[in-house]
Amino acid sequence: MRKLCTLIAMAVAALATAAVAQQKSASDAIAEYRAMLADGNPAELFEAKGEDLWKQKRGPKKASLEQCNLGKGAGVVKGAFVELPRWFADTGRVQDLESRLLTCMETLQGFDSKAIIQTPFGKGEQANIEGLVAWISAQSRGLRFNLSQTHVAETTAFELGKRAFFYRAGPYDFSCASCHGQEGKRIRLQDLPDLTKNPGDGVGFAAWPAYRVSSGELWGMQRRLNDCFRQQRFPYPGYTSDVTIALGVYMGVNARGAESIAPALKR
Amino acid sequence: MKAQRTLAMATVAAITAGCASMAPTPDYTALLQQMMNGSFRDEGIAKTERLKQDAANAACSEAQTGTPPDAVADTIRQDALQSVRMPKDGKFLGDWREGEKLAQNGRGMTWTDKTAEPRDNGGNCLNCHQVTKEEIAYGTIGPSLYHYGKDRGVTDPQSELSRPIVEYTWTKIFNSRAYNACSGMPRFGHLGLMDETQMKHLMALLLDPQSPVNSH
Repeated sequence: MRKLCTLIAMAVAALATAAVAQQKSASDAIAEYRAMLADGNPAELFEAKGEDLWKQKRGPKKASLEQCNLGKGAGVVKGAFVELPRWFADTGRVQDLESRLLTCMETLQGFDSKAIIQTPFGKGEQANIEGLVAWISAQSRGLRFNLSQTHVAETTAFELGKRAFFYRAGPYDFSCASCHGQEGKRIRLQDLPDLTKNPGDGVGFAAWPAYRVSSGELWGMQRRLNDCFRQQRFPYPGYTSDVTIALGVYMGVNARGAESIAPALKR
Repeated sequence: MKAQRTLAMATVAAITAGCASMAPTPDYTALLQQMMNGSFRDEGIAKTERLKQDAANAACSEAQTGTPPDAVADTIRQDALQSVRMPKDGKFLGDWREGEKLAQNGRGMTWTDKTAEPRDNGGNCLNCHQVTKEEIAYGTIGPSLYHYGKDRGVTDPQSELSRPIVEYTWTKIFNSRAYNACSGMPRFGHLGLMDETQMKHLMALLLDPQSPVNSH
């Protein structure tokens, strides 16, 4: 009898060890995969393309974007990304990087911003914007987010972004907060940043734009938000629509002090 | 463009209001509704009417990370409880094997899904819950459901003794608000995301002693 008990105990111990080993090897494999990915970030290719697009004379007006004002003065790129979205006096609007690029592409180069807004991600000028956001964000790599909240439009955008973040609706009753409102949660094996506060350096808002290995694409924050709304089972958010910019202000202000690693690398 | 004008106008309104009477708080509720309405369009099965909130979603959104006032939460729970329809044939459990497939399936109701029919919807369970010991790719937004029936002493789901937990579980899947006003879980029965047969399969996954949820 004692022998049988020992055997059972040993079997149970072996099973438990096997279970732990299985768990460990799975998370080890994921860690290895991520380390492997970090070795070379294909976002660099998009950065190179973006720098070229910034300097190239293009569009109906055959002009470059070198005089584009991203918030720190005409042509100043370094440090601009970590202060966006912000209020712009010339358009009378709070703008994120992508909506500001549309303004510059329209006023400087003569592109039709409405046509670009209607263009699907990854096609035509949308594909060029991917390069531009990769390069522009890279010029602020290592800098810390510091969004302005001085203009009333900026504080209003923050308040509206916060309310949009908690806005539950749709067939699943989801809001942004359903997935990103608590610390230390995940969907399947994917870790979820808590975006109601600063989630840390290079996490959440501070990690986009990013190169996505699974799709081989460079996603700006607009596309990231678009896919969030898809998974939230919401209708389709317009490119650079007010809700996307207000959410950018909410997340960006929450991320104050976080170091930007964009363009980052994602699974 | 319409949306951009809305924000510009809202800003002008906010500034004007601010100058008129030493910055009163803007009507964020109205501005939010305006912003939401101007920012989205229909795409496939995902129509803009999805943005419309019922009273419960409005109250839970308003509460943000907190909870609505007790009286409001009570009403939400009561309404939800009354929405629940028990299975027509009185049978609560289907096939746990089918239930496991549904639990794994995270598809449904997005603008890239073809129809909103229950047959095209998964249960999405693994996105948020641990379900079995074997599947390690589970989410943690909801509580673990591993040993769900076993931990609740369900040895024979058909018995009278199991009846309360069986009905509780059905109710939770049908309309999660019945026990938690601002539950994070979709209302699978109430909103027609799953049909009775699919919900029965999930019931079996959770409560059948033979299911890997309870037997492993």
